[in-house]
Amino acid sequence: MPKLKLPSAGAIYFIFVCAILFAPIVLLVVFSFNNATSLVFPLKGFTLKWYQSLGQNSELLEAVRTSVLIGLGSSLLATVLGSMGAIAIVRYNLPGRGVFLAVAAMPLVIPYVILGVSLLILLNEAGIPLSAFAAGLGHVIISIPYAMLIVASRLVGFPNNLEEAAMDLGATYWQALTRITIPIISPALLASFLLCFTISFDEYAIASFLVGTDTTLPVYLFSQLRFPTRLPMVIALAAIVMTLTMTVMFFAEWLRRLGQTSTRK
Amino acid sequence: MENRSRFLQLIGPPGVYLFLLFLLPLGMMTLYSFRSGISGPAHDIFTLNNYVKFLENSSFQRLLWRSAGISFTIAIISVVLAYPLAYYLVFKAGQSKTALMTLIIVPTWTSYLLRIFSWKLILGSTGLLNSILLSVGVIAQASPILIYSRSAVIVTLIYVWVPFVALPIFASLERIDRNLLEAAADLGCPPWQAFMRVTLPLSLPGMLAGFFFAFIPTLGEFVTPLLVGGAQGSMYGNLIQDQFMRALNWPMGSVMSLAMLVEVLIFMFILTRLGPLTDLLGY
Repeated sequence: MPKLKLPSAGAIYFIFVCAILFAPIVLLVVFSFNNATSLVFPLKGFTLKWYQSLGQNSELLEAVRTSVLIGLGSSLLATVLGSMGAIAIVRYNLPGRGVFLAVAAMPLVIPYVILGVSLLILLNEAGIPLSAFAAGLGHVIISIPYAMLIVASRLVGFPNNLEEAAMDLGATYWQALTRITIPIISPALLASFLLCFTISFDEYAIASFLVGTDTTLPVYLFSQLRFPTRLPMVIALAAIVMTLTMTVMFFAEWLRRLGQTSTRK
Repeated sequence: MENRSRFLQLIGPPGVYLFLLFLLPLGMMTLYSFRSGISGPAHDIFTLNNYVKFLENSSFQRLLWRSAGISFTIAIISVVLAYPLAYYLVFKAGQSKTALMTLIIVPTWTSYLLRIFSWKLILGSTGLLNSILLSVGVIAQASPILIYSRSAVIVTLIYVWVPFVALPIFASLERIDRNLLEAAADLGCPPWQAFMRVTLPLSLPGMLAGFFFAFIPTLGEFVTPLLVGGAQGSMYGNLIQDQFMRALNWPMGSVMSLAMLVEVLIFMFILTRLGPLTDLLGY
């Protein structure tokens, strides 16, 4: 029977859903070039002024700087801690493994508002002032499960006899880890770092409780959403951030795939 | 013995970090739920009053259950919408299925706040939907559609979650052994029956994982109601946020948080009875 070239119901549904998923994003980008303060149709003409005004906004640049710093710090720490956890649970089946895994994965199933307020209480009790740094500490907690997941899926892809061979040849365990294991899992480490960075960079709920007088980019964005006149500028900023995040995530996804497929078969 | 010490050295730093900044805060929160206040002498007076007040105030519990209901609705609709998507990709899209799945995930790589906010642009009285309806003459005057209501929260969050829900369903469908479906067909099973009796049950872990990917964060959600929900769309998460940021009644907020935590844990317990936890992490 000759195949008809009509798109199937499934394909139409897929295209429909994709269109809906992308529409709001396209809408934002379109309005970031629109020459009007209010976000109303019809469009008023093309402009780059919203993008140009970004560079003069010191408050915003400060928020970007803060977000980048706590993003780098928290993703680095989450990747280090997550990889240690991943190596432990993949390579050793010892008592404590189950409990550790359950605790490390738990932030995935606890609403962020609870994580935020419980950290707020801890800081208050310990007398530590609120800051963007405190928000970063919280971001590590939510990033660890993702870091572990990425690194663990890379680790199960290669058998531990390489580490054993190195140790038979006289390497200590830590030498084997740093010379053999870490180079092999390095794509996963980088993928984890990038993913954790984007988690922290975009996180609002936890940060809103912990930043105090500091401002991260999402906290700044949220505060600006109430002022209609600032919206076009905020949207221009969002368009830039989206482009950067997408680039980073594509790269991370590519690395993650690379890490998983090269050892398969 | 050597293995044991290596294991402990590896697990030590992440374990200590998680203990100090995740478990300890939750413990502190439990302690706070018994306090009379957060400063002065009230800080050191322990009482059950907060629990009594929580249990006496039926509006708190109503909102907790209503939020659970909203989250349930959102999660179910997301699974129903995401399933055909994942099914189409795994069984009909051939070689490009992974690339197309990535395409669905791409929108989630953009700012969460802005993705929610963009719905205000679409639904608002000067938004996209209104200007389209106005220009084709369906409505004569611009009016806010859906915005600042519970429905707005539901629509927006379904939009946010569908890609995340599709991911585990996609993974579970991909893991189904095609030979099972061939065997079913060879034995004379019509396709719809093969779907009902082979594909659907085998993809259940993915559906459950997807359900919880949407359900849990929605339960604690307070940002979306703030942005698109208005007074009518308030959720339990807003109540908690209010206690900590505005009313500054941390002990009461702690009781509320614990109530939600218990609710989450009950749901998680039910889930782990239904399928192995490892399936939930698979992707």
